[in-house]
Amino acid sequence: MTNKFYPVIGLEIHVELETRSKMFCSCSAKHFGKEPNSQTCPVCLGLPGALPVPNKEAIKRTLFLALALGCQINKNSWFDRKNYFYPDLPKGYQISQFFKPLGVNGKIILQSNKVVKIHEIHLEEDTAKSIHRKVNGKEVTFLDFNKSGIPLIEVVSEPDLTSAQEAKDYAQAIHQLVRRLKISHADMEKGQMRLEANISLKKYLNDPLPPYKVEIKNINSFKFLKDAIDYEINRQQKLLNQEKQIPQETRGYDSKNKKTFIQRSKEKAYEYRYFPEPDIPPLVIDKLFDIESLKKSLPELPEQAINRLINQYHLSLYQAKIITKTHKVLSYFEKAARAGQKQKIKANDIANIIINKKLSINKLSPPQLINKIREREEQALVGGAKLRSVIKKVLIANPKAIGDYKKGKTNALAFLIGQVQKETKGKADIKQAQKMLREKLK
Amino acid sequence: MSGKILTEKGISFIEWQKRIKKGKVSSQEIVQYYLKQIKKKNQQTNAFLTINQKALREAQKADREISKSKSADLFLKKPLLGLPIAIKDNFCTQGLPTTAASKILENYLPPYDATVIQRLKKAGAIILGKTNMDAWAHGSSTETSDFGPTHNPYDLERAPGGSSGGSAAAVAAAMAPAAIGSETAGSIRQPAAWCGVVGFKPTYGRVSRYGLIAMASSLDCPGPITQNVKDAILLYNILSGPDPKDATTIKEKPVLINYKKPLPKNLKIGLSQKYLKLANKEVAQKILEAAKVLEKKGAKIREVSLLDPKISIAVYTILQRAEVSSNLARYDGLRYGRNRSYFGLEAKRRIMLGTFVLSAGYFDQYYLKAQKARTKIIKDFKQAFKKVDLIIGPTSPTVALKIGEWEKNPMFGETQDVLVEPNSLAGLPGISINCGYNKEGLPVGLQIFGPQKSEELILRLADQLEQWQK
Repeated sequence: MTNKFYPVIGLEIHVELETRSKMFCSCSAKHFGKEPNSQTCPVCLGLPGALPVPNKEAIKRTLFLALALGCQINKNSWFDRKNYFYPDLPKGYQISQFFKPLGVNGKIILQSNKVVKIHEIHLEEDTAKSIHRKVNGKEVTFLDFNKSGIPLIEVVSEPDLTSAQEAKDYAQAIHQLVRRLKISHADMEKGQMRLEANISLKKYLNDPLPPYKVEIKNINSFKFLKDAIDYEINRQQKLLNQEKQIPQETRGYDSKNKKTFIQRSKEKAYEYRYFPEPDIPPLVIDKLFDIESLKKSLPELPEQAINRLINQYHLSLYQAKIITKTHKVLSYFEKAARAGQKQKIKANDIANIIINKKLSINKLSPPQLINKIREREEQALVGGAKLRSVIKKVLIANPKAIGDYKKGKTNALAFLIGQVQKETKGKADIKQAQKMLREKLK
Repeated sequence: MSGKILTEKGISFIEWQKRIKKGKVSSQEIVQYYLKQIKKKNQQTNAFLTINQKALREAQKADREISKSKSADLFLKKPLLGLPIAIKDNFCTQGLPTTAASKILENYLPPYDATVIQRLKKAGAIILGKTNMDAWAHGSSTETSDFGPTHNPYDLERAPGGSSGGSAAAVAAAMAPAAIGSETAGSIRQPAAWCGVVGFKPTYGRVSRYGLIAMASSLDCPGPITQNVKDAILLYNILSGPDPKDATTIKEKPVLINYKKPLPKNLKIGLSQKYLKLANKEVAQKILEAAKVLEKKGAKIREVSLLDPKISIAVYTILQRAEVSSNLARYDGLRYGRNRSYFGLEAKRRIMLGTFVLSAGYFDQYYLKAQKARTKIIKDFKQAFKKVDLIIGPTSPTVALKIGEWEKNPMFGETQDVLVEPNSLAGLPGISINCGYNKEGLPVGLQIFGPQKSEELILRLADQLEQWQK
């Protein structure tokens, strides 16, 4: 018999910040497509004697995201050293945050109304990039330090997610928010946003967290995230049904074969020997920023925009969700709605036209869109029941023409059509009107 | 006295400055003189690891600049123009080998200058060479150097102290008119005491650490080692001040120190029996004599109650080792050409202990507890400095010890530096000046330290005391 299990999923999302300079030095942070190792200095190369000086703008952007996610801000925050060896880590430690991350205890509400709690948001430095190549038949690794020291935000969710779809929705919501706040383009293809999922299964809904977790690292698309989690849930379910234990491990995702594969065993807890970074004084947030005015300068967030659209424009929840999906569409809609008001075109109709893509918002400016809608409405022909009632009215008003027609004067019909056109201001559907008149006059 | 003596009364930095300004001597003559001194004495002292082959050429350039310039402002802008100086080998010097006296960095050529070096160069100074030290500044005798120990010019069988032993020995033997050292807890002051010269450690953050190869980042501090206090003032004025490249530097600009300004009256000076008791008799005796001189000149000597300095040994050891283990991680074998097996015994011991105290399960017990104790030590000094302006005491419990003593005691440095560890942990400024010699003619060091940012008062009192003792 196969049992169903309850997935327990948490996400760690890394976002590279597009600040002007790197996290701890003045090298350019715009590294995509640049000549390898052309944007380095003693600090981001980790040379002896070099010291990190934190980038205030990066801290501000992290606070921005933390505030948008309703986090508590640690007013006394600091950087910590995460000690581990890896060739792409030139100091032998990464400057990160462990004890007092900038933001803790936040949440985000997904469109399904699911609330996902945010455990913490912290700021750290990115590592260098390893490039594996074959040179003269030998496998070699090159290191590009342009990426070393790029500011990196890590958003850590609580293990609140219960399905692959939900995890995908959550990741997309964070992506949307990061872009809305303009702290990064979060371009997945450029590696500006990277996803990691922690997945385990429990037998009963009310069970405590399982005693293991499997981490899938370096996922670079929302679709792969969903596929990888689905695959992993299935894999773990099979093992559990065979009463096998699932080892704690880190896995990668092979998008070609749609499979996760083991990268390294994590049987033992990692020993990072975190301790406060002595090269950087503690961050006294109130001395650096005015949190209240930062909060006030936050743009409208997707959740707030949905509520406002419902109240202000009387859109349905469905309409509001689609319109608010991107800031571009939202602002287009609002401009169109304003222009439409003067021409008595309902916001609801504008929303429908945008949602159904009847008119392209890429080709028309909002006022142009409104003009098009009006033209269309004006061009719409009068027919059906409306036309029938006009004809009725015209016939009552012209008994003489009826008599003429019945006597065989065919141009009486033309006269009556003319009257119908007059009544409908020329918008009557002529063919329909002729047919209807002929039937009435039989 | 068992060993040979190589000390020599040299010409002070300030004296050279005067002579070069007046045109009585050229930079080339000065540099040539010191290169000759080095040639004569380095084989026996091993004070220098590297000689700057370009020093003479740079002196030539300085001389040209002096002869061409008609502006009287030249020496205001470049107060050290044409003056040679020795640099401890843990300061990065562009294109000049910088090894921290470790084989790991034996062939390392830094691509940039430390801020201290930049400031010296901007002031016109010429780097004479790089001086020996305990490898990675781990030690108090310069014996842990991978390139052999430095010998004390007062007695070649003795250690010069450390870790800035090469710098102190070079100044004592007139192989350099002045030198730069660095201190984590004692590494400037203790070798200065053992070599009978002046060593000044400013407040933590007063002088930039950028480009100083890190030992324990929360304690490291560069400072001058000189023949007299006025030379130390001259160098301190040039080295100190905020650096945008070091986030831990003190943001406010330090006051330019003028030794001509008279000392405040009724200066209250503290003396702690706990500190005196840790020193041997002949050292303690010299300190009490100096206290009498101060009293005679109008200062009030007061007993101050301070925490037992021995507490600091544990606190210092834990925090320093923790930071060391992390700071040495970058020498990972992939870079700089040598793998980690090239670390010396002392470095390996420190890496192991530091790794241990930071490990899960021990972090709270050791690292966090030590941090809390550090806070207590800071508070203890704050209390003490409500009652006195400055505190004096012995710099080191002993005079220079014989080479070889270090190997017998794995905590050699920590016990040698017991009298400067508490004030180093509190980030306080302090100076060591000579206050006489023992029966064997070995120098005794006296330390004066004060609250944070009290450099001015310390240096002026030290300058006065130096004059009064003559």
